[in-house]
Formats: sequence, C-alpha cells, structure tokens
Amino acid sequence: MTIVEDRPETAEAPPPRRANPVWGLLRNSWRQLTSMRTALILLFLLAVAAIPGSIFPQTAVNRERVSQYYTAHPQLAPWVDRFGGFEVYASPWFAAIYLLLFTSLVGCVLPRLRDHLRALRTVPPDAPKRLDRLPQHAPARTRPETPAAAAESLARLLRRRMFRTRVRELPDGGFSVAAEKGYLKETGNLLFHFAMLAVLVGVGFGHWYGWHGNRILVAGEDQGFCNAITQYDDSALGPWVTAADLPKFCIRMTDFQASYQSTGQPRSYLATVQVKEGSGAYRGSSFTVNDPLRLHHANVHLIGHGYALELRYTDRYGVTQNRVVPFLPTDGMQTSEGVAQFPDVNIDPKTNQRDDSLQVGFEGVYLPTGGTDGSAVSQFPAENNPVLYLTAYRGNLGLDVGKAASVYALNRGQINNGELKKISGERPQPLRPGGTWTLDDGSKLEFVGTREYATLAIRYDPTQALMLVGAALGLAGLMLSLFGHRRRIWFRVSPANDREAGGSVVEAGGLPRTDYPGFAAEFAALTGPATDDGHAEEGTP
Amino acid sequence: MAELSNQLMALTVLAYLAAMVCYAGEYAFGKRSRIGKAAARPARQLVGAGAPADAEVPDDVPVQPVSPPKPGRGEWSGRIAAVLNVLALVLHLGTLATRGIAADRMPWGNMYEYILSATFVGSAVWVGVLLRRPALRHLGLFSSLALVVLLGAAALVAYTPVGPLVPALHSYWFIVHVSTVIISSGIFLIGAVPALMFVIKNGYDEGRRSFPYTLGKRVPTPAAVLERLTFRLHAFAFPLFTFGALIAGPLWAEASWGRYWGWDPKEVWAFISWIVYAAYLHARATPSVKRTVATWIALFGFVTMLMNLFGVNLFFEGLHSYANAGD
Ligand code: HEM
Repeated sequence: MTIVEDRPETAEAPPPRRANPVWGLLRNSWRQLTSMRTALILLFLLAVAAIPGSIFPQTAVNRERVSQYYTAHPQLAPWVDRFGGFEVYASPWFAAIYLLLFTSLVGCVLPRLRDHLRALRTVPPDAPKRLDRLPQHAPARTRPETPAAAAESLARLLRRRMFRTRVRELPDGGFSVAAEKGYLKETGNLLFHFAMLAVLVGVGFGHWYGWHGNRILVAGEDQGFCNAITQYDDSALGPWVTAADLPKFCIRMTDFQASYQSTGQPRSYLATVQVKEGSGAYRGSSFTVNDPLRLHHANVHLIGHGYALELRYTDRYGVTQNRVVPFLPTDGMQTSEGVAQFPDVNIDPKTNQRDDSLQVGFEGVYLPTGGTDGSAVSQFPAENNPVLYLTAYRGNLGLDVGKAASVYALNRGQINNGELKKISGERPQPLRPGGTWTLDDGSKLEFVGTREYATLAIRYDPTQALMLVGAALGLAGLMLSLFGHRRRIWFRVSPANDREAGGSVVEAGGLPRTDYPGFAAEFAALTGPATDDGHAEEGTP
Repeated sequence: MAELSNQLMALTVLAYLAAMVCYAGEYAFGKRSRIGKAAARPARQLVGAGAPADAEVPDDVPVQPVSPPKPGRGEWSGRIAAVLNVLALVLHLGTLATRGIAADRMPWGNMYEYILSATFVGSAVWVGVLLRRPALRHLGLFSSLALVVLLGAAALVAYTPVGPLVPALHSYWFIVHVSTVIISSGIFLIGAVPALMFVIKNGYDEGRRSFPYTLGKRVPTPAAVLERLTFRLHAFAFPLFTFGALIAGPLWAEASWGRYWGWDPKEVWAFISWIVYAAYLHARATPSVKRTVATWIALFGFVTMLMNLFGVNLFFEGLHSYANAGD
C-alpha cells in the first residue's frame, strides 16, 4: 500500500460563483448523492432491504404460501402486507433505494467517463523534478550511447511493453522519457459500471414488456391449449403488454415419460408434444426439465408433473359425463389431491330443470402406488399399484356464487352450512382404474384411468439476451478493473559529464497509481537492464 | 465407497483438529518476535497510506540478528501443524473423491457435499498461501478452527446419505454454476481468516486490550500484510462469485425454471452477499473510509455467506432442492 491515493474523484468543484441558494442546495445534494460514501450507504441499504423478501413468503414467488401465512399469523399478516412485505421487490421503498443507486451510479460514472476520455487523450506528464522522491527510484547510471540514442532505446523498450510513451527534449540537451500504462483498469471499471446500468435498465424493460403464465397440460389431443390469457391457470402480463400481444401458438402433449430412482426421487422427465406456431402446421417436439421448448417470443419450461384422473359419472337418469381432472401432488411420492365436480347432472328429462340440490362432487386422494396397509400416502411416484380414495357429496356445490373457486377443493362453506352433504360412508371408497362405484341413488362413478400431466411455465422476457451480454461485459470489465494496475515510469537521460567520452546518465523513477504489489519487480525489470552500462536492453530481472 | 467416504471424513476432521492443536502450540510457545521478523520485512514497503498500523509495527518487532535462530518448541509445533494440515487436505480430497465415486457424479448434490467441497477449496487455498508465504503460518490456527467448525456442522446438521440428483440438477450448468460458487465460497471463507486477524491485530496495535483484541498480541504478521492478503483473496473470489452466482446461476435458472431471477431465498442471499462484497471493494477503494471499516464489511459479507449456507437451507423453503439438509 505504498500507494499515492490518486484516484479520479467525483466531479471537480466548479469555480465559486454567487449562486442562488436553491441552485446551491441542488448542486450540493447532487454532489452528496454521487459521492462514494453515499454509494456505499445505498449498497448497504439495498442489501438490508432485500432481507425481508427471504423471510416472508412472496406473492410473486408463491401465492399459496402467502395465504398460508395469513392463516398462520392473522394478526401480523396485514401489517406485513401494509409495508409491502409480501412484495418486497416491487415495493416502493425497494424501488426508491435502487432508483437512488441508479441515479448515483449515473452521476458517478458520467463525470468519470469524461475524465477518463480526457486522460486517454493526454500524453503522460513530464517527469517530476526529483525522481528520488518517488516510491520507486533507480539512481543514475551511465550508458555509452548518446542521450538521444539512449532515450530512443528506452522509449522503444517501454513501447514494446505497451506503455504509452512520450519522449521530451530537455533544455540541457538531455531527454525525458515519460510512460504510463494501465488505462484499461479505469476503462474496465467504467465498463463494469455501465454494464450495471444496462442490466438495471434491462430488468426494467423485461418487467414492462415481458409476460408469463403457468398452466397444467394434460396428455391427450383433447387437452391441448392455444396461447391466450384465458388459457392460463395464473398469468401476469407486464404493464405494457396487452392480451392481444401474446404470440400465437398451440401445444398438445402426446406423451409424458417420468423415470425414478428406487428411492422415489425423480430421475428424468420428458414431455413429447406437438406444437403449432402462427398459422403453421403441427410439428413434433419434446423438452425436458433443463431444456425448454423455445418458441418464437415464448419459452415453454417443464417444471413439474402429476396425474390427471379421468372420471365418468352416470346420473340417476342414465346421462353420463366425463371429466379429466388434474390432481395436485402433496408430497414427493405423488400422493395427489383433487376434486371432480358435476354441477349439471341429475336433470330431470321431463322438466329439464336443474335441481341445485342434486349436484354431485367427489373429493379424493390418488395414490399411484398404494401401500398394503391401506395408509393414505403413496409409496412410490410411478403407478405401480394405483388406487383412488373418493368421498362423494351431493347438494349445492356453490359454484355459481360468482367467486373464483378453487378447482382443487370443494366449497367448504357449502359443506359447513349443510347445503352440500356427504353421501358416502365414514371411510372413503377405494377405486382401482376401471372400477365403478354405485352411489346410494343408483348413479355411478367410473374411474376410467389416469393421464400424466406436465406443469408448464411459459414466459417471454424480451431483454434476456441483452442482459446476458451486459453481464458478460460487466464481468470482463470487473476483471480488468480488479486486476489492472495503473502506473507511471520516467527516465531522465542527461549527457554524461565527461563530454569527451560521450555517453549519457540515466535516472529512473516509478509511481504506481493504484495498489500494485508487483510494481517493484516490474520497475526493477525495466530499469535494471536499461540503465546497466551498455548491455542488453532487456535481460532477466 | 460411501462408508469409506464417511470414515475419511471423520479422519479429515481429526487431522484438522490435530493441526489446530499444533498451531495453537506454536501460538502459545512461539516467540512472536522471531516469526515476526520474517513477516515484518515486506511490511516496510507495504505499510502506507490508509493503514493506521504503520507506526506500531516497528516497535513491536525487536531487531533480530540475521542468523536463523534455532527452532524452539513453538517452531516445531508449527512445522508439525503445517504437515498435519497438508495431510488433512489430502484426507479431505479423499473424502470428496470417494463420495463422488459412491454417488457416481460430482459431489455437489446437497448441502453436506456442498460444505465439504467449499471447505476443501478454502483449505487448498490456505495451503497454497502457506507454501508461498510460510511467515503467515500462524494464521493456520484460525483457518483450521474454521474448517473444523464448518466440517463438524456439515456432519452434524447436514449429513445426507449418498443419493442421486433430482432432474433439475441434470445439467451442465450444474457443474459450471455450483463449482464456481463453491470455489468462490471457499476463497471467501479463507479470506475471512486474515480479515478477522487484521481487525484483531489492528485493534491491538491501536491500544485496545479487551478480549478479542488481546489475541493480537501474539500475531506476528503486521496488520497491513493481513489487510493486503484479505483484499487479494476477496478480489480474486469476487469475479468468480459474480460469474457463478449472478451469471451462470441465472442462466441455469432460465433454462430450468423459466426465469433467470426469481428472488428465491437462495438467490436473495447470494444477491445480498454480492452487494456486501461490492461494498467492501468500494470501501477499500475510498481513501476516506478506514481499512478497518472496509474489513468489517468483508467480514459481514462472510456472515451473509454463512447465512446463505446454513440459515437459508435450514429455515427457508425454496426451489434450490440441493439445498435440503439431511432428511
Ligand atoms: C449498482 C451498484 C454498484 C455496484 C454493484 C458497484 C460495484 C463495484 C465494484 C465491484 C467495484 C470494484 C472494482 C474495483 O475495485 O476496481 C467498483 C469500483 C468502483 N465503483 Fe462501483 N458499484 C456500484 C455503484 C457505484 C456508484 C454509485 C459509484 C459512484 C459513487 C461507484 C463508484 C466506483 C468507483 C469510483 C470505483 C473504483 C474504485 C477503485 O478506484 O478501485 N460505484 N464498483
């Protein structure tokens, strides 16, 4: 650290002027905001502000967990919500911090860019009067050549080592050689900070112009979907995207393969699909967990899978209805829960009137591999011994109240107020694929079979590629900045006192402008041979 | 193979423990003046500008004759410690290798293996430093202490039987992302040792005589040298961490989960660590900020890394499935 603290400070002070107080205040605040100290504080604030997002569940990450939190902490949750605790990264205070940091960054790098551009155009300054005051110094030594030749060869040596070099003629007939190297450090540093700016801007644009949706896609031609906002289980469009902007494509899944370790841990998933983009024809494709289906302006990611149950209900008048209902896995072994609701059944063909008290709903647990002990958890995620446990309800399902109801659970309110009654026995009815269950009124439920489904996340982020470029450039700049070293070296070549014999005297000095432990060695390597009596210019240090 | 790995793991911890005891022996019996001499030489040219310690160093280091003094009890203890440390590193490598063979993949699939690997990198970097700068040997006491604690924690709270990877981990990015994060974590880990020693030593030099600072009395290396080492380790680890956690990680997340950044708890804490380490680099580059303050920031950065490793894995639930502690 024998370092001369010589770093570009932020904005030089302008000449004092009788400014009006408002302008003065503004300028002062600006200077405060763009100071290193403020940058430090803002960085810290940003780090601290990010913490709550890992403590409280985030709506953007997992909506379910937020409602669980509300149930678990009914007192606390509204307060957490009031302070944006469930949406930390979209909260005003988080935005305030990074916008301030962004401004500070702009205010900091623009003047530095200007200074650096200026520095790049200026020649290395002339040697200071006393080279022996510099951190590195090589005392005067004689060389046989004339000063001009000596200066010329020194300059050549420095240039070969990529120093920016300037030779000046001195009034006493001698020469000074000034050299500087390591501009890349500051270039890299600026590149890094500009890349940070680009990434921040990219995040913003990605947020504004991106969209995403999640959807369960059940295998089968009849279960395909076409990209439209109504087709998603949940979705979010960026503020500047409208439903009409979504790209046109359709997907149907023809096959889904999952393989497992003997422990039940999944080994691999593979979804085979047919896709159609725009007005084209269907083409086959497949994708897996780490290898999404990349479409034009949309990527389809496979993030999970489960079983959908195909159930057929035959009502008391003999009318049948089919349902394919996805069940949601509740554990790693694919113990899955779900419901099948039949609101439009048991309609008397004579009156053709729907009787709300005769709607039917089934709640069930599906075990792809049921145990021998009759426990209600699956033993293995693949279908080795599939069994479905069902409970039947009849009455008003409460689907028409206009509230968005879960498609994975029956309306608890209706059960509690007695409008929806359990009509099966105490214990749920076990059913095997192909099995049929006759209810008390003679209607029948058939467990036709299962199909695999894939959980898809479909996304588009227009700035993604740009961000990658920005990040890569930023990393390159960072390394230049961290590992580069700015330093100056001067040689003063004077005519030897003994004019008759000719020759010259060379003195050298070096100044590392940043923390650079290897500078002494470099300086020695450069000056050692160069000022040695007339030997090779370059040698081993 | 898995059995062998577990046995080697136990031996590794014992070897680090033995090395630690010997380092402690050196610490207790060693004449600090003598070790100090070797370390003080670079100090003359290194101490400067921002380091408040420069005036203190010479007082603390009595002038010594040039002839090498004959090794005393402390010296022997230190040499044995260094040998044990290298032995422990070899055992550590063996633990990892057998674990990898048993699982038939890179041994980075869960929290236990992750800690095992990160500490290995830390240990290897430390041995590298030790070989290049033997004068810093006394730092071994603290590096081996850190390793014993972390490995002990890995074995006690995070042990997971050998198992295969979940599908999300079947990816080249798994190797790129996890290896770079492991390597940078290991270097940050070992960087925290001189950082802590600097804070202690510097505090002692400034006249503090309360508990942790009293440890500084027997630290022969000048504060400025410790500070430099701290910076170099961090400056090396930071770009690596940037690449691993903030470039390769998001790239993989994009391929796997569809979004490059989703504020999953692991991501949040990686972000926090990154910001804190960036603050450290800033603080160190700002002349008006004292080096002690900057170093405290680095130490704080390490706390956030630990939080990510233990806290997040144990308390929060996220998408990073390999983060699951033993079950
Ligand atoms: C997005 C926030 C920022 C991040 C992540 C960041 C990161 C970094 C990093 C990692 C370095 C270390 C590189 C090196 O030491 O050469 C650095 C250096 C630097 N940063 Fe920032 N920075 C940020 C914002 C700012 C702001 C707002 C300012 C202006 C006040 C600033 C001014 C500087 C300066 C002057 C250096 C060079 C220090 C030196 O001389 O080595 N940075 N920055």
